[in-house]
Amino acid sequence: MRGTAAALLSGAVLVGSGLATSAAAQAKTITAVMHSGLRVLDPVITTAHITRDHAYMIYDVLVAVDENFTPQPQMADWTISDDNLIYTFTLRDGLTFHDGAPVTAADAVASLKRWGQKDSGGQLIFDVTESLEAADDKTIVWTLKEPFAPLLDTIAKQSALPPFIMPERIAANTPADTAITEYVGSGPFVFVEDEYQPGVSVTYRKFEDYVPREEEPSWMAGGKNVKVDEVKWVTMPDAQTAINAIMSGEIDYLEQAPVDLLPILETSEDVTIEVRDDLGYQTIGRMNFKYPPFDNKEIRQAAMMALSQEDVLATLIGNPDYYKVCGAIFGCGTPLGDETGSDTLVSGGDIEGAKKLLEEAGYDNTPIVLMQPTDVVTLTAQPVVAAQALRNAGFNVDMQAMDWQTLVTRRASQAKPADGGWNIFFTNWMVPEVDNPLISPMLNGRGDDAWFGWPKDDEIEALRAEFIAAKTLEERQEVAKKIQIHTMDSVNYIPLGQYYAPQARSNKLEGMLMSPVPVFWNIDKVD
Amino acid sequence: MLGYIIRRILAVIPVMAIVAVFVFLLLRLTPGDPAAIIAGDSATPAQLERIRESLGLNESLYVQFVTWVGLLMKGDLGTSLISSTAVTSMIGQRIWPTFNIAVLTIILSVLIAVPMGVVAAWRHRTWVDYAVMTFSVLGFSIPVFVIGYIFIQIFSIELRWLPVQGYAAPSEDLGRFLARAILPCLTLATIYVALIARMTRASMLEVLGEDYIRTARAKGVKENIVLFRHALRNAAVPIMTIIGTGFALLIGGVVITESVFNIPGIGRLTVDAILARDYPVIQAMILLTSAIYVFINLLIDLSYTFIDPRIRY
Repeated sequence: MRGTAAALLSGAVLVGSGLATSAAAQAKTITAVMHSGLRVLDPVITTAHITRDHAYMIYDVLVAVDENFTPQPQMADWTISDDNLIYTFTLRDGLTFHDGAPVTAADAVASLKRWGQKDSGGQLIFDVTESLEAADDKTIVWTLKEPFAPLLDTIAKQSALPPFIMPERIAANTPADTAITEYVGSGPFVFVEDEYQPGVSVTYRKFEDYVPREEEPSWMAGGKNVKVDEVKWVTMPDAQTAINAIMSGEIDYLEQAPVDLLPILETSEDVTIEVRDDLGYQTIGRMNFKYPPFDNKEIRQAAMMALSQEDVLATLIGNPDYYKVCGAIFGCGTPLGDETGSDTLVSGGDIEGAKKLLEEAGYDNTPIVLMQPTDVVTLTAQPVVAAQALRNAGFNVDMQAMDWQTLVTRRASQAKPADGGWNIFFTNWMVPEVDNPLISPMLNGRGDDAWFGWPKDDEIEALRAEFIAAKTLEERQEVAKKIQIHTMDSVNYIPLGQYYAPQARSNKLEGMLMSPVPVFWNIDKVD
Repeated sequence: MLGYIIRRILAVIPVMAIVAVFVFLLLRLTPGDPAAIIAGDSATPAQLERIRESLGLNESLYVQFVTWVGLLMKGDLGTSLISSTAVTSMIGQRIWPTFNIAVLTIILSVLIAVPMGVVAAWRHRTWVDYAVMTFSVLGFSIPVFVIGYIFIQIFSIELRWLPVQGYAAPSEDLGRFLARAILPCLTLATIYVALIARMTRASMLEVLGEDYIRTARAKGVKENIVLFRHALRNAAVPIMTIIGTGFALLIGGVVITESVFNIPGIGRLTVDAILARDYPVIQAMILLTSAIYVFINLLIDLSYTFIDPRIRY
């Protein structure tokens, strides 16, 4: 018996390793474990990061942001009329869809229109759009009724919903709330539909006809030179398995290495641990403005005063190398980042001050329903730390544990907290998703049309309009500072600091771009 | 016999109907919204509402149920709300890894456990018996993920004999399949060996005290024939039951082992679907699991007639 088992084992090992060697010689493949499994393939219907990452593989964008936060030509160059009302985009030569058809202006127009129905920034542009048309095969003319200064920044943004360009037949014939069923882009990789298993694995093959730009790559801009034959994303639900797999060389890249497992990874000489995205994530708390006690500004201020970013981040991440105390609602390290008004948050909280403020505000011990998701690692610590801080300040906290799915359903409920509603929850955003007032969901002050929590805040709406009209970076920074001060005073939400997700990559991978969105162009795999 | 089989198969229909109604209602009463998973974190309530409408989730429960049953009658399990993929095709992709791992695990388990149980009963109250029983208690008590990690540490990390994770179809490459299946199968087999060995031992102990065993031995029949032909065959009914139930459990999906070894089986498919409230997939998986249980129980019952000629239906 023992002999048979040993023979079986050694035979399998020999056959397995032999085949692995011959397969490696055939194709240069990067095997990557991303932060989650890919299940939704339409980058317009969802803001899920994994879908956005997928879209960057197979689609291209007209304009892309570089590491200086500046929009750069990608598929198209542009000119702007003197009155700032007409934007004319010209597609560059050599753009081809994966089905062989050339990319035309009509494709771009249809894609932008579909995107504009879903994206909050896009909706603002289309509110002032007179027309968006294809003047000829290569020219797109976007005419506005009034100037919209951040138009290029909005269409160049890298997250959450960048405007990816699809063929007109797909974009024009699929409602924005219905998922597309054909996945043809003009990006540097081709989606291999036959090998796709939702939530398990997805394969991308190099698009041989892709013509990269000549500029150096920088974030989402510049030349997208593909140096491998295939990229394969596999899903690994178990973090320890992923760590073992990269250490044994079975995978080449792990997008998010859990901080508590880094000491194991650090023992490997074949793996590099690094922070790819030095902006990271902003973790936040959001209150419900519709119901007591957080319909009262002073009580919101008392709650914010009780909280300490350091306490939250230390519990959430632990290792100070991977978090940063930051009171800027637009994120530290961004052009608009400013920390004015966040003194107590960044200096450890002020429980005594919060108690006093709470008493002055006339808090009547109304219970606060605080929702705690128990199944998302990056969201389990914040509610616990916040609940204790709020209790210390005198709040009556009812912390309710639930899975994330239940939380996202419940946070959409406008019922009273005691009847299935809520008072406060916590979530995380990539900093590029909150780095200006037009895209940050928490700064929408349109009442029932706003993001969950539904603040009716005319002042912030006026400030957002002022931001749209600001022409220069200095003017925008000035308006952004006013929004920072207003947000800290009105407590539209509570920024709880920034943290970073370190990645692990095999030392065989060279040339990986350090960008908030993980991209697979420019990477070579060497033996 | 044929009449019995037909009656048992027909009895599946009301069972499945009850399961279908129960699962459908239970899922709709559970909090959760697939539209929220699809839309992502920054969707506004109005956008969520429009996605719900496009998915048909705003229809009344009655309409949703009738639509689902109508599709079921045509053999269509529906389409995933999240990935827009046909549920039949998703299950088709994921059932084979689970099935292949289950078959290999059961074969390994039976080959190891039955002789272990027989020997333990034969050498009752000796160190052999105590060793088998100790292994059984340990095998059944240690969490499966701990065993899995220990195997990975030894065979994949230290010795580098086998891959850490992954799956390959045996039809495409038997060597790759075996290299990746050995550790998960050994991990799962630890539990099943423990379970089957205990049951075999208990059943054999009962039979070894019977008169016909004493008679066989008195007639000078060789001990291995006494054990494996006379005793084991008469002790086989409860052993078959435990093997059959174990197989059904394995086919139903072993989500922890699938996660530790990164096997894209139906256990993970079911858990992912539950977390995302992907109703059509969950409904299909529960119906499928129920059908598997009913079918395997039928096979177990029929197997009794081959093992024990006294059993007739």
